[in-house]
Amino acid sequence: MYLSTITRPKTAGWKGVSANVFALGAVSLVTDISSEMVTAVLPLYLVVGLQLSPAAYGVIDGVYTGATTLLRLVGGFLADRTDRRKAVAGFGYALSALAKLGLLVAGSATAALGAVITADRAGKGLRTAPRDALITLSTPSGDLGRAFGVHRAMDGMGAFAGPLVALAVLALAGDSFDAVFMTSFCVAALGVVILVLFVRDHRSAVPSRPVRVRAVGGLWRDGGVRRVVLAASLLGLATIGDGFVYLLLQKREGLSIGWFPLLAVGTSLVYLLLAAPLGALADRVGRLPVMAGGYVALGAVYLLLSGPLDGWVLVVVVVALYGVFYAATDGVLMALAGPLLPEGLRTTGIALIQSGQALAYLGSSVLFGLAWQFWGPEAATRLAAAAVALTLVGTFALVGRRS
Amino acid sequence: MSTRVRLLITVLVAVLLAAVAVGYAALSRSGEPDEVASTTVTGPRLMVLTNGRVSTVSRSDPGGPREVGEQRCDRVYSAGGTTSCLRPVGAFKAGELAVLDAGLREVRTMPLTGFPNRTRVSDSGRMVAWTLFVDGHSYAANGFSTSTGILDTRTGTAVASLEEFTSTLDGAPATAADRNFWGVTFAADDNRFYATMSTGGHRYLMEGDFTARTLRSIADNVECPSLSPDGKRIAYKAAVNGDPRQGWRLSTLDLQSLEVRALAETRSVDDQPTWVDARTIAYGIQREDGVNDVWAVPADGSGSPVVLVPEAASPAPIG
Repeated sequence: MYLSTITRPKTAGWKGVSANVFALGAVSLVTDISSEMVTAVLPLYLVVGLQLSPAAYGVIDGVYTGATTLLRLVGGFLADRTDRRKAVAGFGYALSALAKLGLLVAGSATAALGAVITADRAGKGLRTAPRDALITLSTPSGDLGRAFGVHRAMDGMGAFAGPLVALAVLALAGDSFDAVFMTSFCVAALGVVILVLFVRDHRSAVPSRPVRVRAVGGLWRDGGVRRVVLAASLLGLATIGDGFVYLLLQKREGLSIGWFPLLAVGTSLVYLLLAAPLGALADRVGRLPVMAGGYVALGAVYLLLSGPLDGWVLVVVVVALYGVFYAATDGVLMALAGPLLPEGLRTTGIALIQSGQALAYLGSSVLFGLAWQFWGPEAATRLAAAAVALTLVGTFALVGRRS
Repeated sequence: MSTRVRLLITVLVAVLLAAVAVGYAALSRSGEPDEVASTTVTGPRLMVLTNGRVSTVSRSDPGGPREVGEQRCDRVYSAGGTTSCLRPVGAFKAGELAVLDAGLREVRTMPLTGFPNRTRVSDSGRMVAWTLFVDGHSYAANGFSTSTGILDTRTGTAVASLEEFTSTLDGAPATAADRNFWGVTFAADDNRFYATMSTGGHRYLMEGDFTARTLRSIADNVECPSLSPDGKRIAYKAAVNGDPRQGWRLSTLDLQSLEVRALAETRSVDDQPTWVDARTIAYGIQREDGVNDVWAVPADGSGSPVVLVPEAASPAPIG
């Protein structure tokens, strides 16, 4: 039915990971240094600096993610319709870069800060689907786990380096948040340049009529696609967000504020080390079991946050399991979903899945903030662990038979 | 475009952007030490914080020339040649208590967790107390949580939290988990002290005994006490109608008769007052633009408030 899928070999092992995937990986690496620099200091800035309550933090964290959902769908559809995935992704990367400059201007005005964070998330929303679609279109279907593994490993290297760069900038620039934001902008701008120069767009092999809006409805009527979207949303409900996990850990252990960004660094380290091996494992034993394993790790994290372990053992185990969760789920989900989506609508389909997940995350982070406020951190994390168990059952019911 | 050209462009752009980032960081660093006009001040003085830096002004001309030092504190107090300085919490730096000698040289430091709120030194310079807002607990209830400790600089004995002491409320043991302490003030014997204990929606004046590790309640609705030089009266902030949300009225309490007198300052004051002499109370008030001024008002309820030291906070009378 789709020419390119037929002529392309099903698998080529690690050789199936093309230069384009590495180029996209390099862009993600650089961009993630930039965004994680800001992410590492932002919760601190909001909760400790601006004294926002956890509920307010949950709203900021979630609402801006959710608000960009529609944009993500529009971007995905636009990329498919114009057949210009690189251009749409590039616009997203550039928007996020400019948002870093916006942080400089916004200062501590909460409304302006919200607008800037929204622009940053909008950029991220716009770029992820076209980027992931480009990866699937540049890789044989049997090697998608590996390709996403390599890409996410490079992405993880950026996430790993970002907080360290932020720390270094703060140390060198005398605790100036502005210097962090400025450096972050410069790094992001470099990412855009790499994208423009090195990433090759993937044009359809068969010139076809432009994709119609109605085709998106057809996508939804496809049972397999619908089930994956629903499963991804369910799983999104089980995630409360990094900010909360690290805050809980910091409060539980009375870690000094300086350790906060290092938790993110530790998670990224585990993530980047395991993303490629777990991706290859998913290619071999199936993507669903690997993903399920990731969510079991997430459930364990929530239980441990109010569990019997404490001290350094707790910090290390939680960070390690949290890294496993990311390595086993983030890229693997895309590898699982990619082949189910027709090539001409792949960006839209990926956007649909990521949107479902983002919307669910919006709900769960707000709910978790409220649960924390009213019932305390222990009850809230146990509730979150129960949610993980339930969504796992739901996920298997939805997509288990097909895998 | 060949790969080599593309690589060359990438490297050039990277170098350019790196220069911008480094230049900006260097610039934001050089803008850091704000130079203030500083002169030498002698005679009886007041120690204050000027834009977070330890400074002194003459007591006879407090609005006049100012000697601005290098020590940075969020809150400061000085007595008997000992200065206690609560250092600001940085983005990647926990707070600490720094004890400084008469020459403002650092003698010792203690790491502390929380945001600096109050600090006091006993008249002899031996005892040091601090209060911090602890962010970690403040989400549990609809209020805030404080941590108050005392250091004996002679013996090195430190009490991390007054919650360790045995407290009694009207003679009955007080053990509620919602107890919070703040605002210590020392008596002349370097053992007795006063502080506020909040529990069950009330804020009590407590009298403490450092060696016996006990605290007993004396009066209700007394926050941030400050003992007069003769040790007979307490200056403090009284919650209006017993409700802190309505603001605080500066008042004095006679420890013998427990008679309360409201002072002439009618604006809400959120500070631990200071006796600059036997008749005058000083305190900080924040302007709308965030800058603090140190104000003074007579301790007997007469007169009206006047600005004592403009653009300053955390006043303490020194020799």
